[in-house]
Amino acid sequence: MLKEIRPAIILTIALSIITGLAYPLAMTGIAGTFFPSQAGGSLIEKDGKVIGSALIGQEFTGDQYFHGRPSATSAPDPSDSTKTVSAPYNAANSSGSNLGPTSKALNDRIKEDVEKLKAENPSAPIPLDLVTASGSGLDPHISPEAALFQVPRVAKARKMSEDSVRKLVTDRIEGRQAGIFGEPRVNVLALNMALDQASAN
Amino acid sequence: MTAIGWIQILLFCAIIIALVKPLGAYMTKVFNGERTFLWPILRPFEVGLYWISGIDEKREQHWLVYAVSMLLLQVVGFLALYALLRLQAGLPFNPAEQSAVAPDLAFNTAVSFVTNTNWQSYGGETTVSYLTQMLGLTVQNFLSAATGVAIAMALIRGFARSSMRTVGNFWVDLTRCTLYVLLPICVVGTVVLVWLGVPQNLSAYTEATTLEGAKQIIAQGPVASQMMIKHLGTNGGGFFNANAAHPFENPTAITNFIHMISIFAIGAALTNVFGRMVGNQRQGWAIFAVMGVLFLVGVVVTYWAEASGTTGLHALGLTGGNMEGKEVRFGIVASALFAVITTAASCGAVNAMHDSFTALGGMIPLINIQLGELIIGGVGAGLYGMLLFVVLSIFVAGLMVGRTPEYVGKKIEAREVKMAMLAILILPLMYLGWTAVAVVMPSAVASMANAGPHGFSEVLYAFTSATGNNGSAFGGLSANTMFYNLTLACSMLVGRFFMIVPAMALAGALAQKKSIPPSAGTLPTTGGLFVGLVVGVIVIVGGLTFFPALALGPIVEHLAMTANTLF
Repeated sequence: MLKEIRPAIILTIALSIITGLAYPLAMTGIAGTFFPSQAGGSLIEKDGKVIGSALIGQEFTGDQYFHGRPSATSAPDPSDSTKTVSAPYNAANSSGSNLGPTSKALNDRIKEDVEKLKAENPSAPIPLDLVTASGSGLDPHISPEAALFQVPRVAKARKMSEDSVRKLVTDRIEGRQAGIFGEPRVNVLALNMALDQASAN
Repeated sequence: MTAIGWIQILLFCAIIIALVKPLGAYMTKVFNGERTFLWPILRPFEVGLYWISGIDEKREQHWLVYAVSMLLLQVVGFLALYALLRLQAGLPFNPAEQSAVAPDLAFNTAVSFVTNTNWQSYGGETTVSYLTQMLGLTVQNFLSAATGVAIAMALIRGFARSSMRTVGNFWVDLTRCTLYVLLPICVVGTVVLVWLGVPQNLSAYTEATTLEGAKQIIAQGPVASQMMIKHLGTNGGGFFNANAAHPFENPTAITNFIHMISIFAIGAALTNVFGRMVGNQRQGWAIFAVMGVLFLVGVVVTYWAEASGTTGLHALGLTGGNMEGKEVRFGIVASALFAVITTAASCGAVNAMHDSFTALGGMIPLINIQLGELIIGGVGAGLYGMLLFVVLSIFVAGLMVGRTPEYVGKKIEAREVKMAMLAILILPLMYLGWTAVAVVMPSAVASMANAGPHGFSEVLYAFTSATGNNGSAFGGLSANTMFYNLTLACSMLVGRFFMIVPAMALAGALAQKKSIPPSAGTLPTTGGLFVGLVVGVIVIVGGLTFFPALALGPIVEHLAMTANTLF
């Protein structure tokens, strides 16, 4: 049995080099050569500055922007490193709320959001995804219903017609992939960039 | 529940079924040492690895030597990963300047990856460097997966061989699995994932200025190469804290589908390898059918529960199911399906937060793990787990008709049944025992994020997941404490090796036996009766073991939810 020690050590080292260095580094090289944008995190630049990633949601609070879903991400408390504070869409610390179906805290949070949204747009039913936190806290999408729900608020804040804002939304609805996979959705950042562009014109 | 939802589920099942035979044929050739189409490229590497490590590929091992070789690999792998986690601050590829991982967390994480659990007490992007991700976590993703397959191969040979003292060579099985099976699929898969949007770089985290002018730090890294092996090897440890719910790990519904297929592919194909090696592919399909029945029941219940939503949501006038903790691009169906797949196999990756599932929707993942993750299961681990239950079922059937039980030409006798029972009983001892300890310790109770029965479910899920080497979590539990890091590590070690060593002993005992031809009194093990029998034994043994614990957690929570009681 002692003679099995040599393969245990040498094979571990050799396979580590193959699977832990050669494989990921070669993949990094190939990815960067053939798909530089995706490999780099699908970053979006405007005037030479990175404004975000097409895949990562960001926080919008102003009335003039479409809002994403609630985000439960947090960050270390600057005044006490053992605690955390709420920091929505913190793309350096992804997480969901992890609150369960009988959680009072969850119920209170949803209730508060529902009431806010009802006041904002009493004419439409509240879209489920606008009051539930995503799993990653970085969900870049909302449902088409959730985007259309916000049209009156955004149009009013931007002094644009509801129809023109609605058209921006419907132009950006992405259907199921290959007609089968996933759900219809709207990328919030892409929509808001289009909105800024439309306002500028 | 929608028609398009069912189409996604059926398409998934169809692709897995279509993969079983070709992948099974390929893997059978690989482990028999026959030429395959990758031989011209990879054979020189294989020979080179044997040469530098002093391995004679023709020399086979007794089951005990095989098992000791496997354990030695774990020890070396554990020490290397522990050292890497502790020393990462001063090593290269650390643009985010991660500091050394604390001793108890490093111990937990090293055990977690060596045992193919990949429990995340650590938060990927906030804890580990790129070097640790690659040279530590990715390496163990490969090696722990290959170890599982090797053990399954030894047990298959035990059934297939007649009057032999050896069960194969661990080093050869490990090397072949890594080189010919895992690595080629990962190379192709990684390129596809990057094309579909998964990042693969060594850059520092990006600082972005958002449209509203806020600062957003975007964590990055060599994600795609780890995603592929994480799912293919049923490891499940995320590059990021949010695992496959993170848009970088899983940017679209198609990448999500690729992840799900990867999780099941090898485990499903191993049933066919088993059939081929024992000389009758229908034996493999019968095992696959047992897995399929249990899988579909789980999918239906979880999909129904999540699509139904919660009473709390209904009371607020919200319809459309339960979207808390789920991503819009996946929706209800792909989240529910992923949850069942990841716990049926011992993967543990998640694309939605199980902690926020409805009571019954979250109970199915829990049950899947408690049954021993033998529905497809971890690569290798699922097959040997299932074969242990087959031995038990054959024994029960033998008792009913008063004949010596036999399976694929092997008499099942006292020693085999004892080994199977040892492996099956050790799991509940760990997860029920430690849960009982945790819920009477005030400091451990303080880690619960949810009050009421859901808090109990969080603790039960943690120990179940660790013992079953799954690694998914009801993530609200703050498990990065001394108590949980150590007790969960203990559960992972016992759950892994008290399963593997009896399985190896079983392999050795079976290989030595003579194969006997089937007679008129042999129970046919390729038909519906056999499938029903095994499903029945699994459900009854499982049900008796963990029903009481489930009653205290998800079942009572479901009743509370129906009455709209909040905690």
